[in-house]
Amino acid sequence: MDQILSLAATNLLSPIILSFALGVAASLARSDLSVPEAAAKALSIYLLFAIGFKGGVSVAAHGIDAKLGLTLLAGIILSAGLPIIAFALLKVMTGLSRLDAAAVAAHYGSISIVTFVAATSVLQSSGIASEGYMVAVAAAMEAPAILSALWLITRGGGDQRMDGDLWREILLNGSIVLLVGSFFIGWITGEKGLEEISSFIVAPFKGVLCLFLLDMGLVAGRGLRDRSDVLRPGVLAFGVLMPIIGSTLGAVFGLVLGLSTGGVALLMVLSASASYIAVPAAMRVALPEANPSIYLTLSLGVTFPFNLTLGIPLYVAVASALTGG
Amino acid sequence: MIQTHEAKRVEITIEAIMQSRLTDALRKAGVTGYTVLPVLGGSGRSGDWVRSGEIGRASGMVQVVCIIRPDRLDGLMEAAFNVVDKHIGVVSISDCDVVRAERF
Repeated sequence: MDQILSLAATNLLSPIILSFALGVAASLARSDLSVPEAAAKALSIYLLFAIGFKGGVSVAAHGIDAKLGLTLLAGIILSAGLPIIAFALLKVMTGLSRLDAAAVAAHYGSISIVTFVAATSVLQSSGIASEGYMVAVAAAMEAPAILSALWLITRGGGDQRMDGDLWREILLNGSIVLLVGSFFIGWITGEKGLEEISSFIVAPFKGVLCLFLLDMGLVAGRGLRDRSDVLRPGVLAFGVLMPIIGSTLGAVFGLVLGLSTGGVALLMVLSASASYIAVPAAMRVALPEANPSIYLTLSLGVTFPFNLTLGIPLYVAVASALTGG
Repeated sequence: MIQTHEAKRVEITIEAIMQSRLTDALRKAGVTGYTVLPVLGGSGRSGDWVRSGEIGRASGMVQVVCIIRPDRLDGLMEAAFNVVDKHIGVVSISDCDVVRAERF
């Protein structure tokens, strides 16, 4: 317990979290502070490239084993299975319609890459190593949740508009292409490649993450300010409970697979996080009648801040305790 | 005095994620000329929003503007409606005059 509290305190007072808090506070206070759209896009490209590249370098240094395939499979199973649990929970805890519940559930099976990036930063600061291929697991967990949500709708006799174009957009969305592409570049070029560009992708990483989270804080704060009416008590409770359930399942899978402390923590983070980029876009096309205010506010305004502030230190501490790391 | 010709101006404000689907449908309906404009923000049945406050393409909006001959309006509307019927957005039609009618 002491370890959890100590890690939580360190995390809460880190520049990364304080930058996020600044963004939320500025938004709630109706400040005109904003990060230009193009700058925010550039920051996200930098972060995805850096995290993918470093993951690839780690795989080049430590090699791959059967665990890679099994962890990918575990990620896909978690991504496909979590929406079914989330859907059942939403039906019990909230008065959401079947359509809204399925749309929300899809978000909780998929992942938030920014939460993943923040978690890798915390692990790095704590000197905890993780499997480099967790980046690939993150990419693999983006899409299966969408299929599960659509299955839930079809099973209930509902109508959904999934087409080939949407699948292409989901599987080849810019974030996934950049993450997986930079992972392979890192894997191919290894330590030598990292040496060549480390002054660009290693040293400034945390500073860039601070600015990006400032922007995320602004967006999350704006969502909470303008759309908080959708956060009824049951919905709000779901936004905090579901990450705990997801992370617990992530821990079980991580332990069964024999992942390192960092690997278990990252699988917990991936299972606990909720998408707010890829899945909302897919839901707008496939389930246009679902209310975007509910799933965006819940994912970005509740679960993302929870994971960022309390979730990550909790998951790291639990992973350390479970693996003896 | 420059001669002008009657035309219809159709403005479709729709979610950015639907833009390519709408323009593909318009092209299939024979509407090859249109302009896509970014929308900075707005307010409607789904609440307020501003472009700078959106994190992905899911909730951003664009406006597709077509100027066509009046006799092609029905074809355009049918194609557009199949795409936009269940989505957030606004479709409006207004009369306008154009020079160089052969371009529309």
